[in-house]
Amino acid sequence: MISENLSDTILYFIELLLGGLTRGSIYALIALGYTMVYGIIELINFAHGEIYMLGAFTALIISGIMTMHGYAGMSVFFTAMLVAVLYSSAYGYTLEKIAYKPLRNAPRLSPLISAIGMSIFLQNYVMLAQTSDFMPFPSLLPEFECLALIDYMIGGPELIILITTVFVMICLTFLIKYTRIGKAMRATAQDKKMAMLVGIDINRMISATFVIGSALAAIAGVLIATHVGQINFYIGFIAGIKAFTAAVLGGIGSIPGAVLGGLILGLTESFATGYVSSDYEDVFAFALLVLILIVRPSGLIGRTEMQKV
Amino acid sequence: MNYIVKIFEILLIPVFFGGYAMADTINLGVAGAHSGDLASYGLPSVNAAELVVNDTNAKGGVLGKKVNIWAEDDACKPELATNTATRLISKGVHVVMGHICSGATKAALGIYKDMNIVTMSPSATNPDLTQSGNYPNFYRTIASDDAQARLEVNFALRTLNIKKIAVIHDKGDYGKGLAEYARKFIASSGIAKVVLYEGITPGAVDYSAVIRKIKRSRAGAVIFGGYHPEASKLVSGMRKKRMDTIFISDDGVKDDTFIKVAKKYAEGVYATGPKDVSTNPLTIKATADHKKKYGKDPGAFFLNAYSATQALLNAIEKAGTTQYEALKKALQNEFVETPLGKIRFDKNGDAEGVGFSMYQVKNGKYIEVKK
Repeated sequence: MISENLSDTILYFIELLLGGLTRGSIYALIALGYTMVYGIIELINFAHGEIYMLGAFTALIISGIMTMHGYAGMSVFFTAMLVAVLYSSAYGYTLEKIAYKPLRNAPRLSPLISAIGMSIFLQNYVMLAQTSDFMPFPSLLPEFECLALIDYMIGGPELIILITTVFVMICLTFLIKYTRIGKAMRATAQDKKMAMLVGIDINRMISATFVIGSALAAIAGVLIATHVGQINFYIGFIAGIKAFTAAVLGGIGSIPGAVLGGLILGLTESFATGYVSSDYEDVFAFALLVLILIVRPSGLIGRTEMQKV
Repeated sequence: MNYIVKIFEILLIPVFFGGYAMADTINLGVAGAHSGDLASYGLPSVNAAELVVNDTNAKGGVLGKKVNIWAEDDACKPELATNTATRLISKGVHVVMGHICSGATKAALGIYKDMNIVTMSPSATNPDLTQSGNYPNFYRTIASDDAQARLEVNFALRTLNIKKIAVIHDKGDYGKGLAEYARKFIASSGIAKVVLYEGITPGAVDYSAVIRKIKRSRAGAVIFGGYHPEASKLVSGMRKKRMDTIFISDDGVKDDTFIKVAKKYAEGVYATGPKDVSTNPLTIKATADHKKKYGKDPGAFFLNAYSATQALLNAIEKAGTTQYEALKKALQNEFVETPLGKIRFDKNGDAEGVGFSMYQVKNGKYIEVKK
């Protein structure tokens, strides 16, 4: 009896852990966009959550069209994901060109207001162009047969979310650390003027940052939409706020920080719900944020701003 | 000083003498918000009363007497409602149809009670009005605020025989209010218990942690207070985790969007919703009459007011008198055909069979559950 209780407790813990990791991965994917943009131009891109929402909507449209033409299974998922990533990246690129580039030398508050404006614009644009209703999102990810025994703990879509996130993180780290473009991006982030002097096209680097961040947000949008099964024009707002919190928690500007922040936030929410009450889910998440910021004002892995005179 | 008193007396004379009702008529008071912000809730009840009274008078009235309407405005304000009540009583009304808002109704009820006047509201939904037992003269033709929770709990406990229930809400006024009532009813029933009581955040990325908690609580059913977006996320999450826990919810979920979004996972979900009366011939007639006379569609609580007026006049006719005890007895024993169905009242004063029914999703449609 005791051992049964014990294994029950452990199982419950594992379930909460996996649930928290799944949610945290989504936060991390979105948080990366915030943190990369902040790292390079010190702007909090409040329209980032909307890019996530646009990714989900694009995937919905593509998968709808493909299902109508008789395609099914993983091919729909991959095509929808690919188109969503391309489309959202284009949005991210355009967003930067329209809303932020003209304000690059303006006071820091101006691009921030511009970002909030773009966020409101994109939300309303999707609401008017698509619908204000909740739309059903098809389950593009299969439930694996081999998971049937443990799918009460972790289902196919959750596993795919985790694997995708890990894969994307590895690719991103590789890109930033070892490729030419990654090195150029890091140089731009450290010192724009100096980077320009050594021949780096900083406008291109900033655009690249927006494109990569938007692509990650679109991946997150498609993954969570197919997992949860519904979207509307407003989903980007809450996800965006949470991801922003995660980015700050981990130290805004730091890429491993965003991942760590996202995972910590997801796990905190999951355990707070599981062991205390979901009424206090947000209370715990934000209390943790406050605590960490008191102890480490620049976030968990945040760098202190030394380069500014 | 004397002059002023004199002037007041002169001013008051027409008020006191001008408005007295004739003794050989049945006087129906209609009280509610007829002006101000909430007039749109009150004015349809005046129209409803006029339509019913015109019909009745055309057929020879009640007990051979003509029925007269005395409409008085309370602007939905409790402090005005007491004056409204006094004015109606001074005009000699036998029964009152009103008031409209719960607060105003409560304020006026004490005065009617002292004068032994039966009062029937078409729209006051505060549960206390009938359940507290303080107002034996009060009746209503609308379901009280807790009616949905009561129906959900009764259905889970008596029809489905469930012993462990998880109550979940969305932290909103509507959802949480409902969940609070459900929790109270389950606790006081003594035959089942609430194993989990949680609020979830609307719009959160997913509800997997809450779903795992529901599973761990081994609840036989979930009673959810809230709207369809959260309900469909919860239901599909539960079904994906192969939980067959019964899901019971409210009219915020009894919406076709819920089925559209939750798709196959919506099957078997129960939800309470307003009774469909649109096919009742009396409803069709009442609405058509209103259109003919006033040139537009009736407003809020029109059918409730129409039914209340019918119930009151029917009770006087059946009782053969306007005397208080006889009226009460008639209201509780005599059925009357109204647009809301064939109704009579329980001992608290709530109309039996008015309000909500239980629906279940079957083959992608909400079907009323017949007992």
